[in-house]
Amino acid sequence: MSTRLFNRFARERMAGRKLYVPFVTAGDRGLAFTKKAVLTLVQSGADAVELGIPFSDPLADGPVIQRASQRALERGTTLPQVFKLVAELRQVTDIPILMMGYLNPFLQPSLEQNASLAAKTGVDGFIIPDFPPEEATDWNRICATKGLDTVFLVAPTSTPSRMQAVAKAATGFVYYVSVTGTTGMRTQLPTTDLGAGIEKVRKYTPLPILVGFGISTPEQARKTSEISDGVIVASVLINAMEKTKNDAAALKRLAGLSRQMAHAVKNR
Amino acid sequence: MEKIKHKDGWFGEYGGCYAPETLMPAIAELKAALAASRRDPAFKRELNELSKNYVGRPTPLDFAQRLTTSWGGARVFLKREDLNHTGSHKLNNCIGQVLLARRMGKRRIIAETGAGQHGVAAATVCARFGLQCRVYMGTEDMARQSLNVYRMRLLGAEVFPVDSGSKTLKDAMNEAVRDWITNVRTTYYMIGTVAGFDPYPTMVRDFQSVIGKEARQQVLAQAKRLPDAVVACVGGGSNSMGIFSGFVLDKKVRLIGVEAGGRGPGLGEHSSTLTKGKVGVLHGSRSYVLQDAYGQIAPTHSVAAGLDYPGVGPELAYLKDIGRAEFVAITDKQALAAQRELSQLEGIIPATESSHAIAYGKILAKKLGKKALMIVNVSGRGDKDLKPEDIA
Repeated sequence: MSTRLFNRFARERMAGRKLYVPFVTAGDRGLAFTKKAVLTLVQSGADAVELGIPFSDPLADGPVIQRASQRALERGTTLPQVFKLVAELRQVTDIPILMMGYLNPFLQPSLEQNASLAAKTGVDGFIIPDFPPEEATDWNRICATKGLDTVFLVAPTSTPSRMQAVAKAATGFVYYVSVTGTTGMRTQLPTTDLGAGIEKVRKYTPLPILVGFGISTPEQARKTSEISDGVIVASVLINAMEKTKNDAAALKRLAGLSRQMAHAVKNR
Repeated sequence: MEKIKHKDGWFGEYGGCYAPETLMPAIAELKAALAASRRDPAFKRELNELSKNYVGRPTPLDFAQRLTTSWGGARVFLKREDLNHTGSHKLNNCIGQVLLARRMGKRRIIAETGAGQHGVAAATVCARFGLQCRVYMGTEDMARQSLNVYRMRLLGAEVFPVDSGSKTLKDAMNEAVRDWITNVRTTYYMIGTVAGFDPYPTMVRDFQSVIGKEARQQVLAQAKRLPDAVVACVGGGSNSMGIFSGFVLDKKVRLIGVEAGGRGPGLGEHSSTLTKGKVGVLHGSRSYVLQDAYGQIAPTHSVAAGLDYPGVGPELAYLKDIGRAEFVAITDKQALAAQRELSQLEGIIPATESSHAIAYGKILAKKLGKKALMIVNVSGRGDKDLKPEDIA
């Protein structure tokens, strides 16, 4: 288990604060931009950052993250380059960094080699949505020996037995998918069902339960963090940045929106 | 295949269920419904009846005299899946899956299609059973298989254009999976090939295994012997697994899968997943995948939209690794020449996909020699491929 992630989350929870975890796609606007974006998110109050690993066929993602992924690939972004970026970030920040992406890029050249690189460069863990706990037993063992967290997802469709299996396999936190659908902005979130679902998962794990998918406004972030341990915010941040061609302007938008989100989550 | 035991959902190191959590409960529900259907004689009865009266099975095994003479080698028998209702083997799978969907109480069906043959078959069974149907199809495929787009619409299905990525089968499948993630509670995903999340590879093979069962009985009745080789084209692999499954325990029968060699051997120029890919995970199962060094799925090309796919069924990957099946590639040009040849020598216009198998049959016939016998699977008919500008 990554001490960086554990310590940060434990500290916030001890202080009665909820967790705010933003996401950016690595390589969207180039990796130099991603580095600045991560540092911007750190300054805006993030408790951890998710780095999206671009994939050609992101089948659980809606249009916004699909486009970000496509732009990153058009720039030739690769997983080894993202590891290098994390190593650079580690010179300047101790923010917990999770890689989120689809399984296939992590299989090249092998899961073992990528886990080693992750541990070496300072990645704290992984979220791989198309890698359910049933298929990930070897991966969990590899990550455990290297001190890397493996976050698994619970969905609104998950049965109690699946919730239990996911909670058992997960380390770091449990990722609760807010809606039955792909990633992307939503005007409304099913808050009542969400609260009930989260309480069910709680029976199976002492880990923090964070909610992601669809959170698009500070108000949604505030409401969602009231019924959970925190929120993950992705598409709306990317959407805010993709509206401008100017990198400095994009960072400014990212900083502004991310600060609002962090404030809504942390100062309720 | 009953005698080869596998861990549930796996074929050696291939297969599995790499699905987002949102889908996992629905996949478990499908597995349970499938298991229950296997125990239920009423399901089998209904499937057999539809197979006979609606699909038109059994399809003939046809001795191709003029082709045999012209090729000057092995005797060639054609398994005539082109004679099924809707014009290809795809309907075998769709009638099985639609019966399952009905049992599961799902009223909305989604499907992906490349050449449109699976889309037409899905639209057909939905019309037959009064179900809502949406078919995802890449815009490039919609342009090159426009006749099938028209057929699907006439059958009452909605054809949903997919404009992302390479605008072909892979992208249609991505979009169908996204739809399923969003509407999983009400929707049945009718996958058209032996790929995807477990149990699809096993289920689709089983619904297609009627091809191999019939072919084996027919060849024994007509030629009083087993064939030396069975040849079928491979995109995702449903027609090949269907016919191979009938012969896989007959160790002396060579099983040969023919992939699309496209314009040549460079990555992006072909769809030869088993002959040129490496192991990865695409669309829910572990198998061979055409990809770059960093695990990004490669663009593919084939003149045959139904073969233009960077993945392949996990059981075929397994049969390749254990040496039970062989895989070769046939180029666009060779396939088109074979399409013309079969049309003019036997009066059968094969689909461009199936023409890949015909083209390799020609090469193999000589190698095997006159005493040999082979079966080539004509998985579909070629009417869909005809364009006014091609007819000279």
